[in-house]
Amino acid sequence: MPQVLKDHCVIEDNWIPLEASSETVPEGDVLLTYNQWQDFSEQLPTHNGSVGVIIEGNAEIEDIVEPLLNLPLIAINFPKFADGRGFSIARLLRERYNYQGEIRAVGGFIRDQLYLLSRCGFNAFKFSDDTDLTKAANSLQDFSETYQVSADEENPLFRRR
Amino acid sequence: MYKYDNYDHKIVNERVEQFRDQTQRYLAGEIADEEFLPLRLQNGLYVQRLAPMLRIAVPYGMLSSHQVRKLAHIARVYDKGYVHFTTRQNIQLNWPALEQVPDILAALAEVEMHAIQTSGNCIRNTTTDQFAGVANDEIEDPRPWCELIRQWSTMHPEFAFLPRKFKIAVCGSEEDRAAFLLHDIGLQLVKNDAGELGFEVFVGGGLGRTPVIGSSIRKFLPKEHLLSYLDAIVRVYNRYGNRDNKYKARIKILVKAWTPEVFAQRVEAEWEHLKNGPSTLTDKEISRVKRFFSAPDYQSINATESADKLAAIAADNTAFSRWLDRNTQSQKQAGYRSVTLSLKPAGVAPGDVTDKQLETIADLADRYSFGELRATHNQNVVLTDVIESELYNLWKQAKASGLATPNIGTINDMICCPGGDYCSLANAKSIPVAEAIQRKFSDLDYVYDLGDLTLNISGCMNACGHHHIGHIGILGVDKKGKEWYQIQIGGSANKNASLGKVLGPSLARDQITDGIEKLLDVYVENRIADESFLSTYQRIGIEKFKERVYAPST
Repeated sequence: MPQVLKDHCVIEDNWIPLEASSETVPEGDVLLTYNQWQDFSEQLPTHNGSVGVIIEGNAEIEDIVEPLLNLPLIAINFPKFADGRGFSIARLLRERYNYQGEIRAVGGFIRDQLYLLSRCGFNAFKFSDDTDLTKAANSLQDFSETYQVSADEENPLFRRR
Repeated sequence: MYKYDNYDHKIVNERVEQFRDQTQRYLAGEIADEEFLPLRLQNGLYVQRLAPMLRIAVPYGMLSSHQVRKLAHIARVYDKGYVHFTTRQNIQLNWPALEQVPDILAALAEVEMHAIQTSGNCIRNTTTDQFAGVANDEIEDPRPWCELIRQWSTMHPEFAFLPRKFKIAVCGSEEDRAAFLLHDIGLQLVKNDAGELGFEVFVGGGLGRTPVIGSSIRKFLPKEHLLSYLDAIVRVYNRYGNRDNKYKARIKILVKAWTPEVFAQRVEAEWEHLKNGPSTLTDKEISRVKRFFSAPDYQSINATESADKLAAIAADNTAFSRWLDRNTQSQKQAGYRSVTLSLKPAGVAPGDVTDKQLETIADLADRYSFGELRATHNQNVVLTDVIESELYNLWKQAKASGLATPNIGTINDMICCPGGDYCSLANAKSIPVAEAIQRKFSDLDYVYDLGDLTLNISGCMNACGHHHIGHIGILGVDKKGKEWYQIQIGGSANKNASLGKVLGPSLARDQITDGIEKLLDVYVENRIADESFLSTYQRIGIEKFKERVYAPST
């Protein structure tokens, strides 16, 4: 069973990404790209299992966010780790749209980004390579104090010091 | 100056340990080169032509004597005994070993210093006027605001992977000494009609391949909204800046593509959500940070008497008089002057100092200027608060250590990047050009007669030597594997910032000093009264200069 790092724990990952060529949505917890999610919109209300959607860093999140907020999982794809747009998208989901479900990083992000990603509201990390998840979890603890407001901290340090 | 509390210490120390772990994993082969790249860059570590180079942050240019002694120690133990002052008020080591960088960072952390975000596609060190706090024309001391920005930008969770590097400068005075219009964000401290403090916000300035002067997107931002407004600007840039082509990735390209008006609207729309949120600065925090920048314990002095005594000493000593004239300037406090220690003696790469000189600088700061000093973007060092009666003693000591070359603001006070001698990006060498110019123009009377003149040299179009904004700018270019140099004239970094115009075809290295001499001849022949090179150029235009430089030799 594939694994995912979620809420600081290594757990089995039940989410199955839908193949690009798939013509139907199989049973179970499925992860659809935003386009697939639109294409299969008629089937999904009767789907047996959960549905999550993968969005890209360049998503116009303001325009598409509303129906996504009811989903248990929103994944944000990193085409490469140096592409930092997903950090903004996650903060908007958490802080502006008050999304409480799982925000999962997928794609090319790397272990050494976990601390900042988690600050921006990501709570699950699905590596595309064979990164050791137990070791990677250490990077979530890189810092114990921080200056700024973010998804994980309501007040900047200057309101706490 | 700002002093760390337990929170600041903890954050910087944890950063050192984070990078130590990353370095160990990299050396053990657990992190790929391309993944380690941004990690080391965001800790100041480049890999250059000959060796790694470590860029150490000097927040808004402020240093204590204690910190400078530690830098001297680091230069001696971990490097070859010298450091380089950069054009963004930072300090570079040219020869550190990767394995030792975590130890260097730990040594820096002991004296409240770091190399966080001195490189990479993130928010860099915030820069300002080297005379902040003492300038006669100051509206408000920019340093507390720079420190607030430093803390806000340090490991900002959302902005560590921007499309490109991001630089902020703050100007607190009438005259601009921070080149703030040539930064991704330039902040001008202003007061509104009600006397309240705020910022005029400029975006999209920058040098590099496409030099642009920043555009104003907000005339008055009340001071308490500074951080949330910066969040809004950088968020818009992070989401919409170009990520496909690194040469089109700076915010200036986005601002130009959208127009400043549209960019401003997008920022305002984003800010509507953030305004009055928890990042709104509190009076308590503003006064907490301001307290670190209070005036030192000045003596009360009879200004006239002090000035007379100084004039009497200067009258008897031409060398001292020249230095007094070029390297010192008046400041707010009567009977005190600000002194610029020149890091540009002939024969030394501009901005380079030895460990011994660093220790002398620290001693001078302790003895004459309340233990503090400033790095300038012109690659010199400033002691801001020197009592006039001690200037002569200071001069003698500085002179003995090669720190009193009386050339500040002259053609010999060049801004110069490390160039092809060190930098792997450079197309051409820049340091030998600077040396040749200094050798050519060594007659001080001639140099003084030319007056204020900035000559800036970059070894490639990334423009680290700010060639676009020199009155005379020199740009190294590569033509079929040979080093050539393009000359530009008419650039300026002040409030009426202007970008230099290209004079004509590039010159070979051995033609440059003659070319510069011809430019100066045209200036001297055409100037009216005490007109500067820049003013003469602005009045007579480029043609006469061009004709002379490219005239066939007779």
